Amino acid sequence: MAVGAQTATRPLELPQPRGSAGLWSTAWYSLRRDRLTMAAGAVVLLIILLSVGAPLLAEYVFRTTFDKQDLLHTYGAPTLDPPAYLLGSDEVGRSQVVRLFYGGQVSLFVGFVAAFIQLTIGVLLGLMAGYFRGRVDDLITWFITTLNSIPTIFLLIIISALFAPGPITLTIIIGTIFWTGITNFVRGQTFALREREFVTAARTVGATSWRIMLRHILPNVLPLIFVLTAIDVGTIILAESALSYLGLGIVPPTPSWGNMLTNAASYFNRAPWLVASPGAMIFLTVLCLYLVGDGLRDALDPRLKSR
Amino acid sequence: MWKYVIRRLLYAIPTLLGISVIVFLITRLAPGDPIRLYTFGALNVTEEDIQGLRAYYGLDKPLAIQYVNWIWQVLHGDFGMSLIYHQPALALLFERMGATLQLTFTALFLQLVIGIPLGVMAALRRGSWVDNVIRVFGVIGHAIPQFWLGLMAIILVSVTLRLLPSQGVLTVGKDVWDIPDRLRHIIMPAFVLALAGIANYSRYLRTETLDVISQDYVRTAHAKGLAERTVIYVHALRNALIPMVTALGGILAVLVSGALVVEQVFTWPGVGQFTYAAARAKDYPVIMAGVMVASTLLVLSYLLRDIAYAIVDPRIKVK
Repeated sequence: MAVGAQTATRPLELPQPRGSAGLWSTAWYSLRRDRLTMAAGAVVLLIILLSVGAPLLAEYVFRTTFDKQDLLHTYGAPTLDPPAYLLGSDEVGRSQVVRLFYGGQVSLFVGFVAAFIQLTIGVLLGLMAGYFRGRVDDLITWFITTLNSIPTIFLLIIISALFAPGPITLTIIIGTIFWTGITNFVRGQTFALREREFVTAARTVGATSWRIMLRHILPNVLPLIFVLTAIDVGTIILAESALSYLGLGIVPPTPSWGNMLTNAASYFNRAPWLVASPGAMIFLTVLCLYLVGDGLRDALDPRLKSR
Repeated sequence: MWKYVIRRLLYAIPTLLGISVIVFLITRLAPGDPIRLYTFGALNVTEEDIQGLRAYYGLDKPLAIQYVNWIWQVLHGDFGMSLIYHQPALALLFERMGATLQLTFTALFLQLVIGIPLGVMAALRRGSWVDNVIRVFGVIGHAIPQFWLGLMAIILVSVTLRLLPSQGVLTVGKDVWDIPDRLRHIIMPAFVLALAGIANYSRYLRTETLDVISQDYVRTAHAKGLAERTVIYVHALRNALIPMVTALGGILAVLVSGALVVEQVFTWPGVGQFTYAAARAKDYPVIMAGVMVASTLLVLSYLLRDIAYAIVDPRIKVK
């Protein structure tokens, strides 16, 4: 990530105290006691595994593929026989459960990769705004205010409608839209941190601005950034699914949880179970990501626990 | 106070300019040429005609000049004609503004009326089952996809139980002022739209109330022998609500975005649904006008929020 960028200039090779290990081990210690967070984390892992393993599951467990049609068995109710129709079959007789796992691949990919992109942009701009202040800060703040003033879904809709992006382009677009929250947070933290003694000390030994930002300030804000990122992955999955539901995000035949609902919604009086499962997957994934985020926050900042 | 309001108004100008640049660039950088879209399939249009039309609409000029021309028209309230309806885009949107405002304000009202008491209740009964239920709801309310909640509500309430209508503002043929009928139509979409905000408010207010009730002046109020009710609602709540005004910004943004999705699910004839339909049909002028109108609404509500903040917390003006 961004940390790799600063290796080129290294004026002084100072021994790095490994302070963060203490933080993470304490955090892990209190996380292990937090049953709700651990359970939520396990569910997220399970959903990731099921989605990544979708081709294997389809072949060996359900004995079908995500696009295999069976026009004699359309709108089938959930049944164990055959196992492919565990969650019913859709309007052309495709296995709902297999499509659900494949849809997970797309939704999770968009969620995690877009979150990583917005994290990188957000951290860099936040550090710059908070550290350089003045003009740079004014410009970045102005840009944040502007971007926050365009309702996200409207922005996504015009971009998707006019550019008709594929899944990867869409991921990049979402990543370049959602960074404002992280930037605001990092900016505020950097404002406070740059006045601390260790920053003055680093400057005295001749560290460059970028080295101070990435090496000294960033590690102090990183833990809570992970919290925000976990929550943002959830928010991005929600946004992507809404966009795909509207027919503008991930477009069929690639299944995503959102676009599976588009079709299901038009047939809901024939097969209401087709509406239930994709939505329930989005809900479960996002809920667990939010719970993990909340739990991580408590674990990393024990002061908040009393709340 | 007026000085603050005016300064805040001036701050809105660069924001609106920024929005217009972003919207302009998105439409101009998009692949495809509106002229070729207009003339698609017309057999008697030659390449020369296309060049002529391009010059006529000013599309042959440099991007900067095109922007200045566009913004000049926009400042005169002219967003161009809808390609589908052949009527001014802005007028078409304003016709649908009423429905959107009804929906969002009803949702905002529900959020305040339900969210605030829930948050206070959770804080006062901290650690009890009431608190736990409200906290769990606070997370769930955020994680439910709105469009899915809407669909499930339609399946359950309209299709299975046949209690409420599933779409529109009014039963066809009823009088425009038939308030009970309008209420029956607005309940479901407004609740679906309000849910995330209710969750948000209850979470924020729980934290703020917990903060405030441990303060010295609350203890003083208790010591004076004031009734519990007076202490909570007159002394504590007033101060707990101050930071909530800031939270309103994020909630409003979610409302405006959510309104589009909810309008689509419940076939609510509002600005969002119209902009979405325009996006599907590649009706450029309407899409641009829709985004600009929605963004301007948001900028205005941020402005109102900041002014409200200055009123409830007089310290802000000093800064």
